[in-house]
Amino acid sequence: MNGLLEEMTEKARRRNIPLSVQLDLTYRCNERCVHCYLDHNDHGEMTTAEIKHLLDQMADAGVFILTLSGGEIFLRKDFFELLEYARLEKLFCVKLKTNAILIREAEAARIREIGVECIQISIYSHKPEIHDAITLVPGSLKRSIDAARFLKSQGLRVLLANVLMVQNARDYHGVRDLAAELGVEYTVDPTITPMMDGNRDILKLNIDEQALRDVFRDTSLVGDVKEFCAIADPADDNSLAALPCSAGHTTCYVSPYGDVYPCVQFPLPTGNIRKQRFLDIWRDSREMNDVRSIRLKDLGTCSSCSHVSGCTRCPGLAYQEGNMRGPSSQDCQKSFVRTGVPSANMLSKVRGSNLIQIRALPTLAAATA
Amino acid sequence: MSKLFLRRNPRVAARNLDGEMMIMSARNSNLFTLNRTATILWQSADGTTPLDEIVQNRICAEFEVEPAEALEDAEKLARELASHEILQISEEPIPQPSAGSAR
Repeated sequence: MNGLLEEMTEKARRRNIPLSVQLDLTYRCNERCVHCYLDHNDHGEMTTAEIKHLLDQMADAGVFILTLSGGEIFLRKDFFELLEYARLEKLFCVKLKTNAILIREAEAARIREIGVECIQISIYSHKPEIHDAITLVPGSLKRSIDAARFLKSQGLRVLLANVLMVQNARDYHGVRDLAAELGVEYTVDPTITPMMDGNRDILKLNIDEQALRDVFRDTSLVGDVKEFCAIADPADDNSLAALPCSAGHTTCYVSPYGDVYPCVQFPLPTGNIRKQRFLDIWRDSREMNDVRSIRLKDLGTCSSCSHVSGCTRCPGLAYQEGNMRGPSSQDCQKSFVRTGVPSANMLSKVRGSNLIQIRALPTLAAATA
Repeated sequence: MSKLFLRRNPRVAARNLDGEMMIMSARNSNLFTLNRTATILWQSADGTTPLDEIVQNRICAEFEVEPAEALEDAEKLARELASHEILQISEEPIPQPSAGSAR
């Protein structure tokens, strides 16, 4: 985050302004990605008028950065009408997340005309047989890459987002090279998250420990490996008074059905804009204020963990594990793989297992070697 | 001095954050915050009201400042905002497209 945006985000937090919102326009999709956390059936999406009314309310509430995502946003027939309204009438800074397979020259030109801050395209591999086997749509890689070219040729900022899973764990070098060849940006995400309905079956697609270790030790991805993998300084009173993340403080998420959540990864219902005003939910929802009240010192196991000041702990993933004040095991694993030191949560599970340890656990032995 | 007309660049993103105007440039995604005078220029930049009128009716009404000095400073500021493509400036009125107003 650049300095001024950081400063404005801090001002927004102090004034309780939702500076940044992700709005999913639809959960319908023209791909069927094997790791997707959504149910793609339409259970009653907001109408064009409802979304415009929501955009009015969000602009009044001070929302500046609006991420339009889905599902596949271009499946909405009113997509360009909504984008135009958000940009030209309501002056949002708009970011798009898409698989881009419906973007051809004409759509790219129209996006350029309306103006967006960036377009993030999901690319899983540079190899069609891998990418298309994840999206379950033959020819999808070619169409997505063609779209990236069309968008780039319009002078737009394009970002290839590479989610890693067992099928494509070793392909990120190829996707990164592809991004370089296209002259676009690249980002990698090694986390598969549970489905929004709580189903955790897709977590088995997460990459294994060795593959994650390779990602965390790749200088082209993390920069200075020594610094990235260092154990954080011990927590003091100041760091324990810090916020777990921006969810509910300066950001939130709205589903295609008008449900408001602290974040797209934090499916705690806080209200519905079909029944209440957006700002009333943001300011007064009991659940939103509960999320807002949490500081690192309030986290049961994590506040005493050696990783507490450097952990990427996601409160939403913790919530999906059953306790938003508890640990997120996936982030415990990341901290462990990054530093070699097990988290307090991992150690408590070992202690609480009622098993007698007759030889060193390989993971713990590696950590202390 | 010839008249100067200002119009908000419809391609920028803008939001009034509790009295402080945030603007993101369409050219390079650079972020700006506007001071009070620049905010007045932004809010008044409808393409048809000349700068001297904006200065007279908005700036001199809010700040204790000599009109000639205020106009000179405002013109300098308008040209700076135009150099970042936040405002468009012209010696002729600039038709406003369907773009929205600053919030």
